[in-house]
Amino acid sequence: MTELLQYEFMRRALIAAVLVGLVTPVIGTFLVQRRLALLGDGIGHVALTGVALGLMTSTSPVVTAAVVATLGAVLMELVRVRTRTSGDVALALLFYGGIAGGVLLIGLTPGASNATLTSFLFGSVSTVAEEDIWVVGVLAVGVLAILAIFGRELFVLCQDEEVARAHGLPVRFLSILLAVTAALTVVIAMRVVGVLMVSALMIVPVAAAQQLSRSFRVTMGLAVLIGLLSSVGGLTTAFYSDLAPGATIVLLALAVYCVAVVAGGVLRRATKGHGVAPPSGDPTDTMLQTDRGKVTP
Amino acid sequence: MSDQFSGARTNAPETPPAFQAIDAHAAYDGVPVLNGVDLRIPAGQTMAVLGPNGSGKSTLMRAMLGIVPLTSGEIRIHGTPLRRFRDWKRIGYVPQRLTAGGAVPATVHEIVASGQVARRRRLSLSTKADRAAVEDALAAVDLSDRAGDAVRELSGGQQQRVLIARALAGRPDTFVMDEPMAGVDAENQRALARAIARLREQGSTVVLVLHELGPLENVIERAVVLEHGRPIHDGAPPEATGECARPGHEHQHPHPDPNDPDPRVASTDVNAEIVRLEVPHRD
Repeated sequence: MTELLQYEFMRRALIAAVLVGLVTPVIGTFLVQRRLALLGDGIGHVALTGVALGLMTSTSPVVTAAVVATLGAVLMELVRVRTRTSGDVALALLFYGGIAGGVLLIGLTPGASNATLTSFLFGSVSTVAEEDIWVVGVLAVGVLAILAIFGRELFVLCQDEEVARAHGLPVRFLSILLAVTAALTVVIAMRVVGVLMVSALMIVPVAAAQQLSRSFRVTMGLAVLIGLLSSVGGLTTAFYSDLAPGATIVLLALAVYCVAVVAGGVLRRATKGHGVAPPSGDPTDTMLQTDRGKVTP
Repeated sequence: MSDQFSGARTNAPETPPAFQAIDAHAAYDGVPVLNGVDLRIPAGQTMAVLGPNGSGKSTLMRAMLGIVPLTSGEIRIHGTPLRRFRDWKRIGYVPQRLTAGGAVPATVHEIVASGQVARRRRLSLSTKADRAAVEDALAAVDLSDRAGDAVRELSGGQQQRVLIARALAGRPDTFVMDEPMAGVDAENQRALARAIARLREQGSTVVLVLHELGPLENVIERAVVLEHGRPIHDGAPPEATGECARPGHEHQHPHPDPNDPDPRVASTDVNAEIVRLEVPHRD
């Protein structure tokens, strides 16, 4: 680890990896609960157009990606609400528009090459500049602050949108807030794992944590631990074994998921005897034993 | 509307009605579901909305809470037009659901505590009173010992009780429950009936969408029967002269014997109901 820290670029890379590992699973938990696991993926595609715009105009690609991804997220949320029936098709159009626009614009940029494109598609954590770290740091604080302030309302929204409305919550505002927060998170994670794998860090740690938890809070906490382990562990492994950092991080997260599935199965068998009751399956055996039906308001 | 049902039981005459629908029209994808409903629910009343599948009874409840927009007409909650109504902590809503969980695991306690979202300030920690309200709500549906369990590990009837506890946790005085008895076995139905009777004694307004009165027969003060998006009966609960003799009651599926504790029959019932509610006017 000390050898790692001797290099300026690795110190910056590690800071970026910690921020990514910390923030992505938190927003990912809400997205998974809302069954929008692929939203991050879509925003990632759109973010590439933002990156290209940054390169073309010689401004920070992280900043332009943040702006374009945010606009894309708002647009996606509006499309999702307006066109109930063909929502997924409309989103797909946006995804492909985003990635095609990005590829086209990068091709038009003097000095940008296929290597530039690849570094944004699949991540290039070792080329993170100091100003990038500042932008990413500010975004990370912003995302965590938004989730701390609106977490309770977002929990209700993601759990059951109809109930959120019956509580008088500003459902449209919260939906857009969640999408924008996801967009900012995509930009945070973009440099580390690339726009094509950005969603993996939002979803895979949560999927792993779900196997081992029965509560929302614990799932989120475990997901952050798994996210940090994957991003820092993956970066370190990639450094010593000369592997692609983004891919190593994602594969490490997937490995943790596989371990969690097995461990979760063993855990449930140990605590339940005959496994967990299916969500809406045959409830007779658990119900007759545990429902005493006493109601005393 | 007859006078005997418009007077509030526990409130002064000047108290505005808990809910008021004025010529309410609503539609799903252009298909009309509510065709001019006028309804006044006085504060403190325990009433049921009955009707066949696709009659619009669930839509009416959801329109009264702003979940479904009206195409024309007006809704007032406690005297305030729906659009300007802000006192949402007075409302406790129990949606029609087969399960209480989302995609991420959540404990019974987490779900029940989330029912306080309308009364808690942002960034505030839970107070002693908040925690006590959650404990009371769990006790009211007899799930105190399951507070730390994942909701998805519970049976269908227990998950329904979690949803009711969530509504109770916000300490509202106005309840809207959409088929709370669906998928619940006979013993739990009687237990829920006692809980609703207790709410009535406390002076709460309770509006229930029901497929049949069942064990709530003695708790319900007034029943409105909808058919094709219009009330066709408003008054005393329909007499229980055999299941099929009730107004507007159309049977497409076998009913579980009320004495049969097997909840699987009831669950199938719910499935049929939910699918049908999404497709208005299939009857």
